[in-house]
Amino acid sequence: MHGEPRDGRIVIVGASLAGLRAAETLREEGFAGTLTLIGEEPHTPYDRPPLSKQVLLGTVSADKTGLPQRREVDAEWKLGVRATGLDPVGKQVLLADGEKVPFDRLLIATGTRARPWPNPAEAALDGVFTLRTIEDAGRLAERLDAGPRRVLVVGAGFTGSEIASACRERGLEVTVAERGPAPLVGALGGTLGALAAKLQRAHGVDLRCGVTVTALEGNGRLTGARFSDGTGIDADVAVVALGAVRNTEWLAESGIAAGPRGVTCDAGCRAFDMYGIVTDDVFAAGDVARFPHPLFEYQLLSLEHWGNAVAQAEVAAHNMIHAGPRRRPHLTVPAFWSSQFGLNIKSVGVPTFSDQVVIAQGSLKDARLVAVYGYRGRVTAAVSVNQAKSLEYYQRLIETAAPFPPAPGAADRIESPEPVPSDVPDPKVLSHGPTVALTGHLPDRRLTLVQPAR
Amino acid sequence: MAADTLFHRITDYANRADPYPLYAELREAGVARQEDGSYLVGTYHAIEALLHDPRISSDRRKRTVPDETAEEGLPPAFIGLDDPEHHRLRALAMRSFGPPHTPDRIDGMHDEITRIVKDLIGSFRGEERIDVVDDFAYPLPVTVICRLLGVPIEDEPRFREWSDAIVAGIDPTPGEDPTERPRAAAEARKAMGLYLGELAEKRRTHPSDDMLSAFVGGDSSEGQLTPLEIMTTSVLLLIAGHETTVNLISNGILTLLRHPDELARLRAEPALMPHAVEELLRYEPPVQMLPQRTPLADIEVAGVTIPQGAPLILLLASGNRDPLRFPDPDRFDPTRDDHQHLGFGSGIHSCFGAPLARLEAQIALNELIQYLDHPRLVEDPPPYRRSPVLRGPRHLLVESG
Repeated sequence: MHGEPRDGRIVIVGASLAGLRAAETLREEGFAGTLTLIGEEPHTPYDRPPLSKQVLLGTVSADKTGLPQRREVDAEWKLGVRATGLDPVGKQVLLADGEKVPFDRLLIATGTRARPWPNPAEAALDGVFTLRTIEDAGRLAERLDAGPRRVLVVGAGFTGSEIASACRERGLEVTVAERGPAPLVGALGGTLGALAAKLQRAHGVDLRCGVTVTALEGNGRLTGARFSDGTGIDADVAVVALGAVRNTEWLAESGIAAGPRGVTCDAGCRAFDMYGIVTDDVFAAGDVARFPHPLFEYQLLSLEHWGNAVAQAEVAAHNMIHAGPRRRPHLTVPAFWSSQFGLNIKSVGVPTFSDQVVIAQGSLKDARLVAVYGYRGRVTAAVSVNQAKSLEYYQRLIETAAPFPPAPGAADRIESPEPVPSDVPDPKVLSHGPTVALTGHLPDRRLTLVQPAR
Repeated sequence: MAADTLFHRITDYANRADPYPLYAELREAGVARQEDGSYLVGTYHAIEALLHDPRISSDRRKRTVPDETAEEGLPPAFIGLDDPEHHRLRALAMRSFGPPHTPDRIDGMHDEITRIVKDLIGSFRGEERIDVVDDFAYPLPVTVICRLLGVPIEDEPRFREWSDAIVAGIDPTPGEDPTERPRAAAEARKAMGLYLGELAEKRRTHPSDDMLSAFVGGDSSEGQLTPLEIMTTSVLLLIAGHETTVNLISNGILTLLRHPDELARLRAEPALMPHAVEELLRYEPPVQMLPQRTPLADIEVAGVTIPQGAPLILLLASGNRDPLRFPDPDRFDPTRDDHQHLGFGSGIHSCFGAPLARLEAQIALNELIQYLDHPRLVEDPPPYRRSPVLRGPRHLLVESG
């Protein structure tokens, strides 16, 4: 087709899942120009979900999590060097080693990093970990192999809970400290948060909610921690699972609308500049992107989901090499999964975008159920516990803005069909950041993610 | 015979060889209410949606109209139950069949299946004419499911009779001997259940590496099948392992013989076979319809309200040929990439044995087309089995050499 920009120079900053899938899609769809991938980590792209599961259990070693490539990607890979700046006028990316990489079109896919423990001296104690990279996972797995007397997990979001689960499966003593009222409550609300709390305790986790860790103690080596309720524990490993920080600092001087909440882009993955004008040569995808979604009242969403990274990268890549009307919107219904404490948890939609929740199928008692979330009388999300095959139906309800609560008659509706408040807490009260951040505003509700000061 | 409704024509044996024009008519009609109050659905997206709808029951006892085929005797197996009971029984059966507890079971049967296939081919080697059904497509899955369950193959004549009666019992053809067939089916099911239950009991003291042994023994921390549930479950698996894959293989050979270019291509590129089997499951699915769904609430499909308790029949084979879903749907194209067929159903009841059926068909078709030298169909169309549900040739005579 005339005018399709299939040539020139494309640079992708970020060589993880989104960057790789974008590169593959560019070639798949016929991009014939030069392609450069820049990655801060020295590794070829690898998969992160196993890092808090199989790797910690010791069933897969950290260096065996490489992502399979869908096709040959003819590209120059600059790995082990970070991007430090973007010159949008001169159209080049500045690298830490001084190199300047020119581009015609740029994809920002720099993702997130683990939020560090706020006290640098305590963070430096031997035995204090975060978990984001294969190095992190390899070191933590090694330390768990050595049989610590007790592991402290700070923050009971998905990552923290999966780490605690892996530790219990290995027979290690675990304390989980969460500032909010329950594990997973920031992503799933009160009903499933309470279920998660019950299951963690049933699996022998020393779960402490409504407390913060006031100090990690030790002298060179971690020995224990103090809590805000005045109690304390002995521990020789602490994993800080306080959520993620978006890697946008390198864009601070670029004029791109980038900040702690991510890089704001339109539904076609084109980044906005600081004046709210959409660019046509800078795109964003993956955890770092923040985009409007029509199913959620065009609020800006930031998703830390594996599937979103793939889908958004594919849309971004397509739009980078197609003009005008042939561009596509990124409309995928958000979805993620987690496995922990013998549970397979799967979510579609945005559970935090809700005011009510109902157990539509199954039962809390059996820990096998589908919880459906509604906002102002329409279905906005569904979460299955050990019942993933049932989710597809609810995805269709979300996509069609079906009325909430969903129509009665489910063959396995066991418990009361009465909706209850979804009890999604203000993200400020959580230890960990939410994995879905609704970063726009609703007039009557606080759904703004406020990044806590470090 | 009652009025000439669409479902009469679909189930009419005279149309067994080519029901596809009738399916096109059904898709045109959208949702088709039949005069007996049952509803037919034949478009891909509607079937797909209904297969995932939690308000659709698989338990025919939930029907409000009198169910003439309600069986006495054994309670339903998990295929005819809803969650949570369905899930409990299926998960217990899966423990010795697939992941997460037995991830290698099916993969581990690759060599054994290949050997059975080669033995079967060896038994008719040199003969100019074979019956693909009787000599090959039937004995293979029967031998495999017997090994897997732990049923002596020598008893095949006994359970073949039961199996025939059970399959006749699920035949939804309207207007024909409405009480006799179900009664005979119930009796056959009971007899087969007692037979398999007895075999399983013997495994308590003499366990082996088969599924019946696993049903009676092993770790009970996640629950255990009761003796009655062992009967219903093993009857289901023996029938399903028996009556479906035979059609996949014989429909497969029939289709390939009707498409000599594709046959030649697959002979030259055996690695294409997994792809081709998926296309076969779309193009000529062994299970044509799911005749025993029932809505638990009034459900609207394509502008028609299907009332609670009405018999609901999902024409999977029609959905597989829906032009709104598959471009050029009546073309057999083993290289088709988009082949998300309904051949194994979908949703919580999606085919339990699918990995085994795939493996058997891939090996069987590859070996047989390599063996056959210039094969020719003796009769086209071949004579078909009676059942409109489990549709396939009764005989498939092929000459080669």
